[in-house]
Amino acid sequence: MRHIISVILENEAGALSRVAGLFTQRGFNIESLTVAITNDPSLSRMTIVSSGSDRVLEQIVKQLNKLIEVVKVSDLTSQDHVERELLLAKISSNSKEGANIQELVEIFGCKVVDVTDKVYTIEVSGKSKKINAFLDAFDPASIIEVTRTGVTGISRGKKLI
Amino acid sequence: MKLNGAEILIDCLQKEEVEHVFGYPGGAVLHIYDALEAQDKITHILVRHEQGAAHGADGYARANGKPGVVLVTSGPGITNAVTGIATAHMDSIPMVIISGQVPSPLIGMDAFQEVDATGITRSCVKHNFLIRDISEIAMTVKKAFHIATTGRPGPVVIDIPKDITIAKMEVEEYPTTIEMRSYKPTIKASDRQIKKAAEMLANSKRPILYAGGGCVIGNASKELREFTRMVGFPITQTLMGLGTYPMTDKQSLGMLGMHGTYEANMAMHGSDCVVAIGSRFDDRITGNLEKFCPTAKFIHIDIDPSQISKNVVAHIPIVGQTKQVLQALIDQMKDKKLEDISKWWSQIEEWRKVDSLAYKKSSGVIKPQTVIEMLYEVTKGKAIVTSDVGQHQMWAAQYYLFDEPRQWINSGGLGTMGFGLPAAMGAKLAMPDRDVACVTGDGSIQMMLQELSTMLQYSTPVKIINLNNGYLGMVRQWQEFFYEKRYAMSYMDALPDFVKLAESYGHMGIRVEKEEDLKPALIEAFNQKDRTVFLDIVTDPSENVFPMIPAGGGHSDMLLAGRDEMVSKDETDFNAV
Repeated sequence: MRHIISVILENEAGALSRVAGLFTQRGFNIESLTVAITNDPSLSRMTIVSSGSDRVLEQIVKQLNKLIEVVKVSDLTSQDHVERELLLAKISSNSKEGANIQELVEIFGCKVVDVTDKVYTIEVSGKSKKINAFLDAFDPASIIEVTRTGVTGISRGKKLI
Repeated sequence: MKLNGAEILIDCLQKEEVEHVFGYPGGAVLHIYDALEAQDKITHILVRHEQGAAHGADGYARANGKPGVVLVTSGPGITNAVTGIATAHMDSIPMVIISGQVPSPLIGMDAFQEVDATGITRSCVKHNFLIRDISEIAMTVKKAFHIATTGRPGPVVIDIPKDITIAKMEVEEYPTTIEMRSYKPTIKASDRQIKKAAEMLANSKRPILYAGGGCVIGNASKELREFTRMVGFPITQTLMGLGTYPMTDKQSLGMLGMHGTYEANMAMHGSDCVVAIGSRFDDRITGNLEKFCPTAKFIHIDIDPSQISKNVVAHIPIVGQTKQVLQALIDQMKDKKLEDISKWWSQIEEWRKVDSLAYKKSSGVIKPQTVIEMLYEVTKGKAIVTSDVGQHQMWAAQYYLFDEPRQWINSGGLGTMGFGLPAAMGAKLAMPDRDVACVTGDGSIQMMLQELSTMLQYSTPVKIINLNNGYLGMVRQWQEFFYEKRYAMSYMDALPDFVKLAESYGHMGIRVEKEEDLKPALIEAFNQKDRTVFLDIVTDPSENVFPMIPAGGGHSDMLLAGRDEMVSKDETDFNAV
């Protein structure tokens, strides 16, 4: 099962490699990983998407907690939460879909952020499924280049990590 | 007063009450060595190879419970130490390793003797630090010792660039306490879990205690003894736990696992309640997990939450220090009425009668088991025994009946050949009044021979018991059983004359070829209080370690000596590790 794990850790050099290293070292699966500073500049927040059985997930959470620089770990999937991912995609304007790009942009509620004579650059944000659906709407040949941020997420309401 | 980084570092080590540092100098640490030379509180042990420094500090830490300290230079200095660091990490030994690094501006430039020390050691340390500014030294050292010695202990590396050791700053007060928001090892176990465990224990009909290295490291031996005697349960110990409960006691079933006793493994197999105390269900303990303890419920006591339900799902997990949890269990169970387990004990006594450690003596050849039994006799069971890795390690574990914790020192987790000799040196430095024996083999001893030189320089007289069978015995044993006797590279041709070798290092060497010479040689060796004695004992090359659970087997699938047939052989998966 897919899990979104939030990790608060000391904003120190090497902390990221410890987390990444842990996943390879123990054979844990990693689908995406995002990391950036929080409102407290001494802390970073990392969001990891992984999958595995409940026992594997239990180990992932425990092993993450064991890292000295990790302050807090929480499995977002087990609580009410919001998740988002950002996609930037370059679509060929010569393609069939390129012709009605405005229509697709409207349907998916995304933005055209740059246009040249041959290429539209489009920004999509939403759940990973929405991003997948957006990309599926194009003929693969018309997708020139994509970059995805990976998932980030936060719990709803008053509850903090 | 202004001090340079090296002086601050040494000052911090003194404040941490470090008495011995095992190390080897080199370019990046020369300022540190300069500062070390200017003081006399810390004794530096100059090893002959950095791996020896790490094992030496490790043996020191295992013998007296204090953190071992290592000082090595950058590049090959730290890479040589990595095996020793990984060894300590696998067995949760508190160690602080200080490695020099090339000057800060050169980091990342492929400078001479540069390696990414924190990168290389990351997966085999509890934590590591790269110091970036002189002002970080004191706090980093404080954190390193705190992390290494608390919770589940382990090695911590501090990598310090050369320019920082010569930079100067006004000294600040060394911190006396430390608070880390990201590191708070769980200490107090939940009362609710203790109560649940007490309830389960009181109602179990076939209980067994399974104690591991966590009882030794957690100094829980006293509580373990009191608890075990109070409840009257059988107890088995892991390779890492030996001695935490006296092996000569009638409630002790000896070691369990791959080369454990018949009674210990059968009792695990038949138990309805297994209490794991500071042990981690290692694959050498459990054998095939699908066949492991088919009727048992598990109570798992460990300070490290990640050990719980990692290999075996615990019914009652208790996260806490073994010492405190055992004390809480004693208090909780004092007035509890327990199930009558006399039937269970009579079953265990039946298993005990199998006498699984019995072996046949044959004339004209010394059996390795006899050597260990005689070592036990000559040292009256009181020596600190270190070992290397292989058959001799298992025989030492099986036939030397350890009655005290920290008496048995071996590389259980990583299985590092070469560990025994430098560890013995470290143990002797930590416990100068104790007899220290290093049980080794002709393969293992050659991996760290150079430390014989260190042992002369610092007068650390240990007795080396070399079980010389001309083979890498454990490899040969597996090849005999599982590779149709194809002995690929397990025979060692061209062994040195160990007696002359010992003598050339300034020690005493005795070769023993006949059993009647064995006891006098051992007595002679231990009478030499101030000398290291190398006993090169020629032992039966065909002897195997029994009992044995072949890889893929369960606890009831044991090969016994002289009874080579095994239960459920067909189900055994020889492809397992």
